[in-house]
Amino acid sequence: MPELSINPGIELRNAQLELHHFRVRLAIAFALVLVVFSLLATRFFYLQVVRHEQLHTLAEANRISIVPVVPNRGIIVDRNGVVLAHNYSAYTLEIQPGRVENLERTIDELAAVVEIGLRDRRRFKRLLEENKGIGSLPIRTRLTDEEIARFAANRYRFPGVEINARLFRQYPQGELFSHVVGHIGRINQRELDQLDADGLLPNYRGTDYMGKTGLEQSYERFLHGTTGVEEVEVDSGGRAVRTLSRTPPVSGNNLVLKLDARLQEVAYHAFGDYRGALVAIEPATGGVLAFVSKPGFDPNLFVDGIDPQNWSELNTSSERPLLNRALSGTYPPGSTFKPFMALAALTSGKRTPQQVISDPGFFNFGGHVFRDDKVGGHGVVDMYRSIVVSCDTYYYVLANDLGIDGISRFMGMLGLGSRTGIDMTGEVTGVLPSQEWKRQRFKRPEQQKWYAGETISVGIGQGYNAYTPLQLAGAIATVANNGVMFRPHIVNYVEDIRTRERSAVEPNPLRTLDLKPEHVAVIKQALIGVNKEGTGARAFTGAGYVSAGKTGTAQVVALKQGEKYVENRVQERYRDHALFIAYAPADDPKIALAVVVENSGFGARYAAPIARQVFDYYLLGKAPEPAKRDKGEDDDSRD
Amino acid sequence: MTPAIRRFGDYLTRHVDGILLGMVLLLMSVGLVVLFSASNASLARVTTQFMNVLVALGVMWVFANIPPQHLRRLALPLYLFGVLLLVGVDRFGEIAHGARRWLDIGITRIQPSELMKIAVPLALAWYFDRYETGLRLGNYMVAVVMLVLPVALIVRQPDLGTALLISASGFFVLFLAGLSWRIIAGAGILAVAALPFVWSVLHDYQRQRLLTLLDPSQDPLGAGYHTIQSTIAVGSGGLLGKGWLNGTQTHLDFIPERTTDFIFAVYSEEFGLFGNLVLLLLFLFLISRGMVITANAPTLFARLLAGAITLTFFTYAFVNMGMVSGILPVVGVPLPLISYGGTSLVSICLGIGILMSIATHKKLVQT
Repeated sequence: MPELSINPGIELRNAQLELHHFRVRLAIAFALVLVVFSLLATRFFYLQVVRHEQLHTLAEANRISIVPVVPNRGIIVDRNGVVLAHNYSAYTLEIQPGRVENLERTIDELAAVVEIGLRDRRRFKRLLEENKGIGSLPIRTRLTDEEIARFAANRYRFPGVEINARLFRQYPQGELFSHVVGHIGRINQRELDQLDADGLLPNYRGTDYMGKTGLEQSYERFLHGTTGVEEVEVDSGGRAVRTLSRTPPVSGNNLVLKLDARLQEVAYHAFGDYRGALVAIEPATGGVLAFVSKPGFDPNLFVDGIDPQNWSELNTSSERPLLNRALSGTYPPGSTFKPFMALAALTSGKRTPQQVISDPGFFNFGGHVFRDDKVGGHGVVDMYRSIVVSCDTYYYVLANDLGIDGISRFMGMLGLGSRTGIDMTGEVTGVLPSQEWKRQRFKRPEQQKWYAGETISVGIGQGYNAYTPLQLAGAIATVANNGVMFRPHIVNYVEDIRTRERSAVEPNPLRTLDLKPEHVAVIKQALIGVNKEGTGARAFTGAGYVSAGKTGTAQVVALKQGEKYVENRVQERYRDHALFIAYAPADDPKIALAVVVENSGFGARYAAPIARQVFDYYLLGKAPEPAKRDKGEDDDSRD
Repeated sequence: MTPAIRRFGDYLTRHVDGILLGMVLLLMSVGLVVLFSASNASLARVTTQFMNVLVALGVMWVFANIPPQHLRRLALPLYLFGVLLLVGVDRFGEIAHGARRWLDIGITRIQPSELMKIAVPLALAWYFDRYETGLRLGNYMVAVVMLVLPVALIVRQPDLGTALLISASGFFVLFLAGLSWRIIAGAGILAVAALPFVWSVLHDYQRQRLLTLLDPSQDPLGAGYHTIQSTIAVGSGGLLGKGWLNGTQTHLDFIPERTTDFIFAVYSEEFGLFGNLVLLLLFLFLISRGMVITANAPTLFARLLAGAITLTFFTYAFVNMGMVSGILPVVGVPLPLISYGGTSLVSICLGIGILMSIATHKKLVQT
């Protein structure tokens, strides 16, 4: 279109032309308006008709939030209903790190409203690192009513900080059951991945904690329950406006243990200040009656995330309180090995009960002298006496006759050196030495060779032998039960909290050993003899029931040849471990146990009295007197 | 009716255009109804807006009674004053939200770019009217400079949205004044060619807005959030809408700025496609009336001014609805006569008052 040219001569016509041009332009503009409005109308049609379904769904998704409702975790009680783990409700102050700009400052400001200690801060930092800032993390737990009120008044100042009512796990028995019940803790990334792999992740939505050790871990899927779902209408800030529908959660199942809390307490305290472990089993079922690892720790520390200071104390303590000694501590069995050796000898036909040796106090094997503990020897010794007086020489000779693989085969049948399959994770195998084991254990050929001399020390429970207290308890329970072996189990039954339906952990006979009753009778007789006239006699004086047992002392450091072990001269850490295996009553065993007392000394003096207290309580209901251990005159025999 | 009252009534209505007033009142009513829902049934908010409506109608009446030739005299001083203020903003302006837009004049803070929305078309209309008898290419060049100067200052603030709207209003004057198609086409090509350069001088947040428009899902919780949520609101409204006060996006707080720039999302969600088409028609009627007034305006100044006001009104409506429905980037443009807020209501009504003045003073001028 040409520019408006002006000719003064025909002004009026030009004005008309100009107006015409203007109106053309205006018409074009109006056409543009119509086009653009049509475009808008088309867009509206596209959104509100074509894409309506999809956008409507999105609006609903905006509006409705699926909120998981975390189930109550099942509780754990002992056989008499004594509560070992339960839940209580408490208020926590939680921070959503993603919604807080300056965490450090927010916490400082919060500290002016609610008491926040150094430990709380450290713990929070730890949680933050573990969780990479996802979700809501507690800065303070167990708020008092006053603190809740104070925070509520200041709430507007703290976006991303909120108070939540949470269920907390509590272990009222504290360290007494720390190694049985275990504890829960915040779910970490690895566990999250595992849950995901197992397809369990949806059921853990909203759940922050899961079992980390002990029964809490091994029975996690029973204890956890089924997560419920709530459909909630929310606003853009995520605040719930109203509930639309609700599928309630199903609480986790309760665990009822075979364990007796009072018995556990008696056993735990019987150790006095010593470290060690005790496992007591009902021979006829494999049910675990007491399961002690001392020292324990307070599992409540772990419940809402342990603070780094406590954590490092527990981790670095020379007492090693986090080690479950009963389950994963391994010890040479010492002389408690002898009755099993004797049984192996009878079963293999290498010995008869009547065969005797004359013990000069040592055994010379290829120029190497293996000493008996009793200088000058025990004189003439048959099988019964070899167990009652714990004659080393008898077993040096016997070990040589059986050979390492013969020993290994028989002990393996008894369950030594392999996992018992108890209903707890973390069990170790220990070491059942054999030629094959040595070949696999060592790398260099000269180390891989088994030397016949090594068999001799294995015969008295030294050398490479290393078993868990649980395995020893299992072995003696099997003997007490005439060769019928049960899988040890701590949980008696799992109880459905709604239907009250109980699913028992059935006694599970693993195998029946091919033992001749008369052979077992010989061994049992000898074990009774130990507690009547042998090394265990002092501990069981006036017991009021007949018990059977065997003492043992395991060397922590090897003695040089000709050196005599003198307890008082040895540093505490290098003192011998005291052991004792026993069952009672002898004619109808109700309880069998193994005790290890670390770095104490003779089994007869330190381990047997603990067994006596446990038996007294379990069989007679006799509460132990205040700890009294005679340290004066002593029978010189170690075992 | 006594003659005195009749005379007073006549005085009140003499310069009021009935059709424009009807449209304005209808749109304002729709605005108040939607605002009641958007503010979660806040009577206080609606009352405040009702006061704004009264003030705006007063301003409209006042400007309807000012003859266009008075405005013509005001055009240049107003423009120069505005440019001066913009320079002042550039030198001494206060920074708020990362942009220098406000000027503190002691009593209060003012935003000179608001003034330029009316001052620029006024000045350009005045300029073309003054040189009406001998318009040459040079005149268009001067006009372009008059437009570019304030726009450049506003871009520097930076306030891209306002700069574009003022550019549009200035362009409408140039276009209606008969700017050669060749120049329009050439400028268009030049603009496209300059895009990479423009991109390089844009601020990050401005780039972000443009990128977000292309793909809102890129940043669903940040820059794209507005667009995504308002699009959902519009779409979920469907044919007839969820009903007044029943919009979930609205009432659960998913729509940001839902009483002001995004009020159309609320309207759309609750009244659906049907409501949207009704609203489009109302706007179209108002614009058409503006076009008729423009076409019949007596002087070039009046024509250009009326055309610019009408087309600017259209631009506001289009940009706002386009932004809410996700076809235009998010710029701070209210929906004329509907959005909450006194400033925008008053400035729109001021423009419509001028339109009425042009419509009703024509005979007086001609005779």
